[in-house]
Amino acid sequence: MSDLFNEVTVFSVISLAAIGSVAAVVLFFVAQKFRVIEDPRIDVVEDLLPGANCGGCGLAGCRALAEAIVKKESLEGFSCPPGGSEVMQEIAEALGMEAGEQVPMIAVVRCNGSREFAPPKVRYEGAMTCAFAHSLFAGEGGCPYGCLGCGDCVRACDFEAMYMDEKTGLPVILDDKCVACQACVKECPRDIIEMRKKGKKDRRIFVSCINEEKGGVARKNCKVACIGCGKCVKECKFDAITLENNLAYIDYNKCTLCRKCPPVCPTNAIHELNFPPRKPKADKEKNQAGA
Amino acid sequence: MKTFAIGGVHPPENKLAEKQAIEALPLPRTVAIPLSQHLGAPAVPVVAKGDKVQTGQLIAKGEAFISANIHASVSGSVAKIDSIIDASGYRKKAVIINVEGDEWVEGIDRDETLIKDISMDAEEIIKRIHDHGIVGLGGATFPSHVKLKVPKGKTAEYLIINGVECEPCLTSDHRLMLEKGEELMVGISIQMKALGVDKAIIGVENNKPDAISHLKKLSSSWDGISVEALEVKYPQGAEKQLIKAVIGREVPSGKLPIEVGCVVHNVGTAFAVYEAVQKNKPLIERVVTVSGSSLKKPSNWMVRIGTPVQELIDAAGGLPEDTGKVVNGGPMMGKALNDLNAPVAKGTSGILLFTNAETPRPPLQNCMRCAKCLTVCPMGLEPYLLAILADKQRPDDCEEERIMDCMECGSCHYICPSGRPLLDQVRVGKNMTGKMIRERSN
Repeated sequence: MSDLFNEVTVFSVISLAAIGSVAAVVLFFVAQKFRVIEDPRIDVVEDLLPGANCGGCGLAGCRALAEAIVKKESLEGFSCPPGGSEVMQEIAEALGMEAGEQVPMIAVVRCNGSREFAPPKVRYEGAMTCAFAHSLFAGEGGCPYGCLGCGDCVRACDFEAMYMDEKTGLPVILDDKCVACQACVKECPRDIIEMRKKGKKDRRIFVSCINEEKGGVARKNCKVACIGCGKCVKECKFDAITLENNLAYIDYNKCTLCRKCPPVCPTNAIHELNFPPRKPKADKEKNQAGA
Repeated sequence: MKTFAIGGVHPPENKLAEKQAIEALPLPRTVAIPLSQHLGAPAVPVVAKGDKVQTGQLIAKGEAFISANIHASVSGSVAKIDSIIDASGYRKKAVIINVEGDEWVEGIDRDETLIKDISMDAEEIIKRIHDHGIVGLGGATFPSHVKLKVPKGKTAEYLIINGVECEPCLTSDHRLMLEKGEELMVGISIQMKALGVDKAIIGVENNKPDAISHLKKLSSSWDGISVEALEVKYPQGAEKQLIKAVIGREVPSGKLPIEVGCVVHNVGTAFAVYEAVQKNKPLIERVVTVSGSSLKKPSNWMVRIGTPVQELIDAAGGLPEDTGKVVNGGPMMGKALNDLNAPVAKGTSGILLFTNAETPRPPLQNCMRCAKCLTVCPMGLEPYLLAILADKQRPDDCEEERIMDCMECGSCHYICPSGRPLLDQVRVGKNMTGKMIRERSN
């Protein structure tokens, strides 16, 4: 007899097989009892989402959005900023629902108080976070509304869509990389960054200032502050501009991008982005109108 | 020698102005009196542009429970009620008065003679302190009348008077104890009467031996007042640390000193109480130290509230050319000013001028886990951990690590060999945690 079938081996095999079959039976019933029924559509939706887990939809990542969509059985009220309309359309097709039109948005920095326009009066050397600097003082330039330049927004961006301009000390948003996840908007302690409609060909016009102080006070600290003069309000034919607390605001839903308001602003506080350069002739006319 | 139990640091004292007697600062041409120079709700102005006011006249009323009245510190006409940059670095509402002469409101006794007899009863005293806008002059500016009202169910046993002045450079309390010792004794007895306690202890660090012996001599003729000499250690002037040092009791986390039967007042407050109760004089001036290594004349001044800091510096010999930073308060807890026209407020204990060489922060290096910040934290916290948690935006963990117990003394920041901005980050964390707690209770 070989040693292969001695007592020890036989017992081991039999006992292990017995334990195995008992465990299998137990597990079978347990699995029946505690079965989690998950909608297979959740996986489908999650696969369609970009997978960036940016939180731009307001939920904790792509899986959470997928679960919420499937649970609600409708796409109403949901949006995926990085994926945009295309992704929502794909999800709608996969689920047999209807997707609403999603307007592409982009973050804009509403402060132009660079080192040139709002010269620093003091030097800040505390912890380089806006959250802390904001609790300490008005800012190096003296504007209590302006950008502190410590770059909390840049650090919050998961898409490398922002950088701090070394020369101006202000954050810059890259049009093609911003997915409108709003991380920077939430991070900014002064609410300088705002989500605005991206506009045709990424064109947009906005007041690059949120200073609510009286004109004279604001101008003392910053050459390009909105002084609340109301010239742009008069110029706008579409009632898109409102003046409140010495500050003009352009409603992006009403703005037709007609480019009439930027030239009339005496402090150049209204910015237009991604427009072709103005024709010199047109400029002359505008200057006359402004003077 | 007594001191508090855990933590603490020994920064160089640099008390340059301790031998300079208090001088009265000449009246400025205009004053800007902030409406929010105390803890709690800002006061509501009761004067308007163009009104004539007299020194000591009520110009703003503190209507909320925690608020304080504000009085004109000069006579003249109200130029405007506008926002000015105050010591906080932000624009805040203030009453701006153009000074014309120095006419005082009738009924204020400006005679220097000491009045020992206390004719008022406890209620009248508290009312007087409330009316005259007395706040804690140690720096926190908590309205004094609130502190003197003992809540129901609690009893006060001790009045502890804070003459520690543990902040380096500052000497205003030291001079006050030396020059106004007798007035202090009366002020302390008034507070004792208001509180209904029979024991008062003045805590003084033993780097002021002259003040200790002077007060000891005076206190022998006053019932219940004693002087305790304390070992020199920062931050002994903090309420909880002082109580621990003087009577050995520990105030529980998140509780007030009344929990262990104590009420703590600064010596400056005791003097202001004396003036309010015995002389009917509201809080319109205070002692301010001006100091700095390259300043011509480090000195102590009796300054009217609302005087621009610039005037104070001019009186002390002018702004030295190599000034890198002007700090409002002590070097440990004070805050740099970003405008020299900021007014002196009720909480301004000192104006310090640092040279360019003294100003820069040490280069930032990585945390090396030396745990020095743990050993010096007087509240027994872990500053390095709090800084990390604040940086990672985790207010719930911050709360669990008792971040709200931090009183921002800056010992951790001072001791860190890697020059890490621990206090800055902890402050961010406190802000965040405080916001979370408020939202939860709503």
